[in-house]
Amino acid sequence: MNACWPQIKLTVNGQQTAVEVPAMKRLLDVLREDLGLTGTKEGCGEGECGSCSVRMNGELVNSCLVPILQASNARIETVEGLAIDAELHPLQKAFLECGGAQCGICTPGMLMAATQLLEHNPHPSMEEIREGLAGNLCRCTGFIKIFESVVAAASMGVVNAR
Amino acid sequence: MLTPNPASFSDTMTDSRTARPQTRIVGTPQIRKEGVDKVLGRAKYVDDLEREGMWHGATVRSTIPRGRIRAIHYDPHIDWSEFVVVTAADIPGTNQIQMISADQPCLAADAVNHCDEAVVLLAHPDKRRLPEAVAAVRIEYDPLPAVLSIEDSETQQEIIWESHSDALGNYGGNIFKQFHLEKGNVDEVWATAAHIVEGEYRTGAQEHLYIENNGMIAEYSEEDGITVWGSLQCPFYVHKSLMAVFDLSVERVRVIQTETGGAFGGKEDYPSVIASHAGLLAKKARRPIKMVYDRMEDLAATTKRHPSRTRHRTAVDKSGKLLAMEIDLATDGGAYATLSSTVLSRATLHSTGPYVCPNVRITSRAWATNTVPYGAFRGFGAPQSIFAIERHMEQIARAVGIDSAELRRRNFLHDGDSTATEQVMREPVILDTLLARALQESDYTAKRERFMRENRHSAIKRGMGIAAFYHGAGFTGSGERYLNSLAGIDVTAQGKARVLVSSTEFGQGTNTILTQIAAESLGLSYDDVAMAPCDTHLIPNSGPTVASRTSMVVGHLIERSGHQLIAWLQEHAGLGESYTRNEFFAACDRYREQHGKVESLCRYEAPPNVYWDDQSYRGEAYPTFAWAVYVAEIAVDTMTYSAEVTNFYTVQEVGRVLNPTLASGQIEGGVAQGIGYALYEKVLLKNGHMFNNQMTNYIMPTAADVPPISVFFEEIPFAYGAYGAKGIGELPHDGPAPAILNAIQDATGESFTSIPLLPEDIFIRMAVRAPHEELAPV
Repeated sequence: MNACWPQIKLTVNGQQTAVEVPAMKRLLDVLREDLGLTGTKEGCGEGECGSCSVRMNGELVNSCLVPILQASNARIETVEGLAIDAELHPLQKAFLECGGAQCGICTPGMLMAATQLLEHNPHPSMEEIREGLAGNLCRCTGFIKIFESVVAAASMGVVNAR
Repeated sequence: MLTPNPASFSDTMTDSRTARPQTRIVGTPQIRKEGVDKVLGRAKYVDDLEREGMWHGATVRSTIPRGRIRAIHYDPHIDWSEFVVVTAADIPGTNQIQMISADQPCLAADAVNHCDEAVVLLAHPDKRRLPEAVAAVRIEYDPLPAVLSIEDSETQQEIIWESHSDALGNYGGNIFKQFHLEKGNVDEVWATAAHIVEGEYRTGAQEHLYIENNGMIAEYSEEDGITVWGSLQCPFYVHKSLMAVFDLSVERVRVIQTETGGAFGGKEDYPSVIASHAGLLAKKARRPIKMVYDRMEDLAATTKRHPSRTRHRTAVDKSGKLLAMEIDLATDGGAYATLSSTVLSRATLHSTGPYVCPNVRITSRAWATNTVPYGAFRGFGAPQSIFAIERHMEQIARAVGIDSAELRRRNFLHDGDSTATEQVMREPVILDTLLARALQESDYTAKRERFMRENRHSAIKRGMGIAAFYHGAGFTGSGERYLNSLAGIDVTAQGKARVLVSSTEFGQGTNTILTQIAAESLGLSYDDVAMAPCDTHLIPNSGPTVASRTSMVVGHLIERSGHQLIAWLQEHAGLGESYTRNEFFAACDRYREQHGKVESLCRYEAPPNVYWDDQSYRGEAYPTFAWAVYVAEIAVDTMTYSAEVTNFYTVQEVGRVLNPTLASGQIEGGVAQGIGYALYEKVLLKNGHMFNNQMTNYIMPTAADVPPISVFFEEIPFAYGAYGAKGIGELPHDGPAPAILNAIQDATGESFTSIPLLPEDIFIRMAVRAPHEELAPV
C-alpha cells in the first residue's frame, strides 16, 4: 500500500473488487499478483503472443499492454471465469477432446480469444477462425487441433450452452 | 472388456504384414492426463508459484563476445545493502555445469567467452527494482578477438578451444568433436561415375520459442541442502549439476518439475544453469529465490539449434543409382561444448538420408565460436543434415534427368540393406509404400502438371516438393546402455497406481502415454493410474526426456513393470488369472502387508544382437528408425517474393500409434516448427548476441500462416518398444524444410540452398534473373 496509489475498482469474472496499486501496473500483473488469478500467462510482455489475453468490457485485450488505470471500472473476464461451477465451458471441453491443449501455457489466452470469436461469430469459417486466433501464438500444436476444437465447440453451440 | 480401436481416426491404416495387437487403452485417444487443469487455467507453472519470504533474482550478463574480466564496478547510486550479490567466488563447489563435458562455467570468473554470459547475480524482494540494479553493474574487460562463424573458427588463427584428443583421435584447436566414417572405397568411384553432383547447404540457428520462458525457484538450508522447482525436461541433469556446483551429496539435492510450458529441447541443458543461479542466490540470501526470464533475456541467453554447413559430393550411375557419397558436415557449437558432440553424432548418422550407397565417407566437425552455446532442439542435428541430403537429391535428379520421386525410389533402403554404419535393416522398411501413399494423398503428379501449366500465366508460381527421411529412435549407439534407465509402477495405500519415472511432461504427452501403458499392462482403467510427482526424492532415474525415447524406451519399462507386478500379485497375493479392479487393489493390500510396499521397477535391457562400436562408429546406430515421406505444396508470389506453404502432407511409420490424438498433434506441431525453420525464423547475431530477441522481430508461424496439414500413419509394431511404439516426437521437424525448398525449386526453377529462406532472399535471386516483362499481368 502506498498513499500515492489510486484505488481502482473493477469487476473480474463477475466479482467486484478494488486494488490499490501503481497506476501503470499492468493488468496482467494485477490479475496474477494482486488478485491471485495466475491462469493468465505472460509469454512475451509486448503484445505479440497473446498468452495474457483477457476480455475487457467484451473486447479481447493483451493484458500485458493495459495499465491498470485504463481498466478502471472495467469488466474483466479471464480463463478462471469460463467454467461455471464444475461444468466446463464448451470450448474447454472441445480443447480437451480434440487435443487443442498440449503444454497448456497458451491455452488460457487461446480460450479467451476463441470465446471472443464465437460470441461474435457462432459459426465461423476456417478462414475466420485463423484470423480470429492469429494474435495468439501456440508453439506446440501447429494450430490444427485448436482449429478443430473451435469447430467442435461451435457445433456444441457455445452461446446457448451457457 | 475390450474397447474398440478408434477407427474414426483420420486415415490411420495398419500395414497388412502385421496384425495390430488387441488392446483396451493403448491406441485409443484418451484425454490428456493433466488436460483439465490446463483448460481451467489452474495448472501451476513456475511463475505461478510463491514461497514464503521469496525474493527475486536477476542476472548481469557479458556485453562482449570474448575477453578477460578486469573488474566489476557497482554504481554507488544504488543502495547495494538492499540486494544480495553473487559472483563466481560464492560458488561452494565446482564452477562447472555438468553436461557431456563439464566445460561451461556456472558464472564467468576470469573471462567471458560469449555475449550474454552470466557474470553476476542479484536478488531483491521487489522484482521491479532489479532491472535498474542490473544496469548499474559495469564489467570492465580486456577484450580479445572473437571467433563468430564456422569459417572463422576453421581458420584456427584464433584458438578459443584448445587442442585435445579422445578415443576417436587428436583434435586441432577450436574443434569440440569430430567423426570420420568410411564405408567401401569412395575414391575408386569418381573416375567411372556417369554423374558427379556437388552442393553446399546451410541451415541457420533456430529458437525454440516455447511460450513459457525458462524459470526456477530455489530454496537452500544447511539441513536439507538445495531444493529447486522449475520448468525443465531432465530432472537428473539438473540434479547432477547442482550436486557439483554446491558440493552436495545425492540426497541433499532435490529437483521438482513444475508444469512446463513447452521445451522442444530448449529445457534439456539450460535449466541446470538457471537452477544453479537461483540456488546460489538462495544460499546467500537465506531465503527462497525465484528467477524467471523475460522473453528478451530468454532469447538472448539460452540455447538454440546449431547452425550448419554441409557439403555433398555424390557419384551416381546413368540410372541415378548412388555409387559414392562424400559428405563434409560442420556445425557451429557456440562457446562451450555442452551437447554439441551428440548433436553432431546424430547429424552425421542422418546425413546420408534413407538411401543405400555402397561407398560413403563422412567427415563432421563441431566448431567452437564466441556465441551462446547451441543446444538441443527437436531433431538434434538431424533436421540440419536431412535438409542437406534432401535438397541434394533434388539436384541429383535434375543432373540425371529423372523425376526426384523416382530417384529416391531407386535408392531407398529396404529390409536387409545396410546403412553407412553397416547397420543392417532387420525390420520391415516400407519407404516405397510411404512414398506411394504420399504421392497419392497429395495428388502429386496431377497437381504438378496443373501448376506447370498455370505458372506460365501467373505471377503466383506453385510447386510440389518431397522429402524422404528416417529418424533414429532413442539414444545413439551405446547411449541407452550407458543411461541404464530404471522406471516402474507403484500402488499406494490409497488405491492409486502410479507411474514412477523421471520422464517429464512438457506438452508432448508423457503423462497420458505412460499412464495409458501402465493401465493397459495392469488391466486397470485409465483413471486408475496417475503419474507420481516428478520429484527426484520420489522417482527413479528413467533418463532424460529427449531423443524420442519416452514412449519407446521408458514406455517399454512401464509395460514390463506392469506385467511383472501382475505376476508377483498372482504368485504372492492370490490374484486370479482374470480379476476385477477391486480384486487387483485387494491383492495389492495383501502384497503390501507382506512386503511393506507395492513397487515394481524394471531396468533397461538392450534388444538382442545389437552391436555398436563407439570408436569406429559402426554397427546399430539406433535400435530402430521412424520413417517418413512428406510432400509440401507451396506458392511463391513473384510480386512480393514471399513463399507460402499452401498444403502439407505427411505419411509416416512410427511403429504402433499409442494415442492417435497426441500422435497427430506431435506431427502437426513439428511440421509447423519445420515451416518456421524453412521460411520465417531467423536469428540475427551481432558479435554473437541475438539482437532480434523479441517476438516482434523473431517471427514464428501464426494461425494465419499454417497450411492444412494431413497426417497419415502406417503402423508396424516394434518388438522392443512399448506395445510396439517407436519414437515420434522429433521426426516431423526433419522433413518440412527440404520439402518446402524442393517445392520452391519446382515452382520457380531456382535452387535455394540456405534456410531460413526469407522473401528478401528470394527477391535478391529472382529480381535479377526473372525480369518483370516475362510475367503475365496478375
